[in-house]
Amino acid sequence: MSVSPVPTGDPLLTVEDLRVSFATEEGVVQAGKSVTAMTLMGLSRSPNARFEGTAHYKGTELINASEDELRRIRGAEIAMIFQDPMTSLNPVMKIGAQIVEQIQEHEALPDQQARERAIELLEKVGIPRARERIDNYPFEFSGGMRQRVMIALALSCNPSVLIADEPTTALDVTIQAQILLRMRELRDETGAAIVLVTHDLGVVADIADRIAVMYAGRIVEHGTLDEIFYDPQHPYTWGLLGSIARIDRPRPERLPAIAGLPPSLANRPEGCHFRPRCPHEFSKCSEVPPLEARLEGNADHTDRCWLTPEQKKELREVRPGEIGLPDKQTGVNAA
Amino acid sequence: MSAGQDTSVAEQQPSNGGPLIDIEHLKVFFPIKQGFIIDREVARVHAVNDVTLSISEGETVGLVGESGCGKTTMSRAIMRLIDATEGHLRFRGDDITRAGRKQLEPLRRQMQMVFQDPFASLNPRKRVVQIIGQPLHLHGTPRDKVEDRVRELLRLVGLAPEHLNRYPHEFSGGQRQRIGVARALALEPRLIVLDEPVSALDVSVQAQIINLLDDLQEEFGLTYMFVAHDLSVVRHVSDRIAVMYLGKLMEVSPSEELYTKPVHPYTFALLSAIPIPDPRENRERERIVVSGEPPNPINPPSGCVFHPRCPRATDICKEIEPPLTRYPSGHVAACHHPLNVSAEEIKGAVKDPASPLTAGDELPSPSEASSSAPSA
Repeated sequence: MSVSPVPTGDPLLTVEDLRVSFATEEGVVQAGKSVTAMTLMGLSRSPNARFEGTAHYKGTELINASEDELRRIRGAEIAMIFQDPMTSLNPVMKIGAQIVEQIQEHEALPDQQARERAIELLEKVGIPRARERIDNYPFEFSGGMRQRVMIALALSCNPSVLIADEPTTALDVTIQAQILLRMRELRDETGAAIVLVTHDLGVVADIADRIAVMYAGRIVEHGTLDEIFYDPQHPYTWGLLGSIARIDRPRPERLPAIAGLPPSLANRPEGCHFRPRCPHEFSKCSEVPPLEARLEGNADHTDRCWLTPEQKKELREVRPGEIGLPDKQTGVNAA
Repeated sequence: MSAGQDTSVAEQQPSNGGPLIDIEHLKVFFPIKQGFIIDREVARVHAVNDVTLSISEGETVGLVGESGCGKTTMSRAIMRLIDATEGHLRFRGDDITRAGRKQLEPLRRQMQMVFQDPFASLNPRKRVVQIIGQPLHLHGTPRDKVEDRVRELLRLVGLAPEHLNRYPHEFSGGQRQRIGVARALALEPRLIVLDEPVSALDVSVQAQIINLLDDLQEEFGLTYMFVAHDLSVVRHVSDRIAVMYLGKLMEVSPSEELYTKPVHPYTFALLSAIPIPDPRENRERERIVVSGEPPNPINPPSGCVFHPRCPRATDICKEIEPPLTRYPSGHVAACHHPLNVSAEEIKGAVKDPASPLTAGDELPSPSEASSSAPSA
């Protein structure tokens, strides 16, 4: 697999200090990773929602954009793949018609040409006999095939940004591997940027260039793939990396787990949200730590923890064999 | 777990006791009916197609496969929630394949089940004490003793005993799954069938439930059948792992060996499809991505059911169904072109009696031996 370098030039999509909250019966609920992704597409607007901060796409403000503006951007510029391929396609519409509808919404293309483009797209995402299957309904496809249809639909107008919310979580591992491979190929072919929302660190290691780790509605650490995996700065990231059971290493006696439960989003602890589960909590943690670069000479690796880099280096405890820290690695890969 | 090396899967006995449950050539087919007035059977879904497996007392067997491979059907057939089409099911030697309601009643307390979705498997209108107490009532625990027992069970699964008057919606997913486990434990069963017990839970909570199951097994000497689609989850609880594909057993192996030395190409494909959460190793790793999807179980492929997707398939795989071949290490796999086996191991291989009745007799030839075998 080739890793595309971190791109230079003007960023395509910038999100700053975005805060989304919802008033509910239980109190104000802070948004998590899926809602953040949906907010960029204007899909989380509701009378109960409150938005702060900004998100720009090529200079266009997204958070307060009008529905008309969003219609132009959705699908054509920023496209989304949803988690559940079973419920995110229209069940009473042939898949071809759904793709053609989206193409014609954004481009004045005659029916026949739009249909040809749809067939081409279905072939590109690996649906066999696309010419026949274009007239099938979603229920005639398996989960993996439906997710491919979703991807074809998302790619239909050559978007520059593809937001994928847990695109493989509902799929079996062999199908997941096929879909991830296809997404990587399409990224390299079309040059689109991908925002992937997932809880699976294996998938992250497979496809991401940069990672933002989120906990209870806040980004707690942000860095490149290698920085997060080999030099994690936030205790939550340590716990996350430490709780992965790796199939290529001998099995540990007990599965490492982060003690305690994630806080309810309506009732989060003051200050650092990870405080009640953090073994290194101290007095300063009752204040919210800002997300900033704390490592010398690396302005792009940011985190939200009051500990100094020296303290972190000392306290960082990662069990050998369960995380890829180079200084603590015990053995080589089984292969 | 080291097991007797010359016994079959059906007789294999780990250190602590005889077989608790014997599954012999089990088949579960679902008829597809069509027609007006008179329903005619037009086809059958081959959900479980000739599986032989035994689970010993105190052992944990992991059953793994992709969705639609028949693993849930098999676990339900073992619980006698679904009737077997053919084959036999023995519990401590007694044939229970066709046992009626009355005969099953005493057995029900010995085999319990934990379901996948902790949100759907607890009655939302009952309090915890009623949910966990129900099996106790049904099996004749005196009314005044039920509450004490429920408190004790809650403590066992790591919940506060004061919570017994709460409703399920007041708990998180992980806590609800603990209630499900407490209900299964209520009657002190011998066997607990766990059908994807952690797949609906948050990753950080999954490990907690698995560690709990581990502790309970140690404390009560329970026997588990752990059904999952996730190979990394089963590994932590299982002594042996059975890999299923399209209603058939592909491979049965002591759990660690499955990860270091997978014999069946399907197992290898499953392992190599899991991305490793380590960017550097992930980049260097050689992976095979199997193409296609599992075929339709209404009309399974001839010969080896995996041959249409298998990178190693040859003509023999299309024609002859491979028998389950037992290698001297205790590893069993149904493949004509096995991975990770030496020439000596092939020489010492025998056809396992657990093989499907329709399987051929031909064992892999010594030329299949691999000196530097790939591993996942």
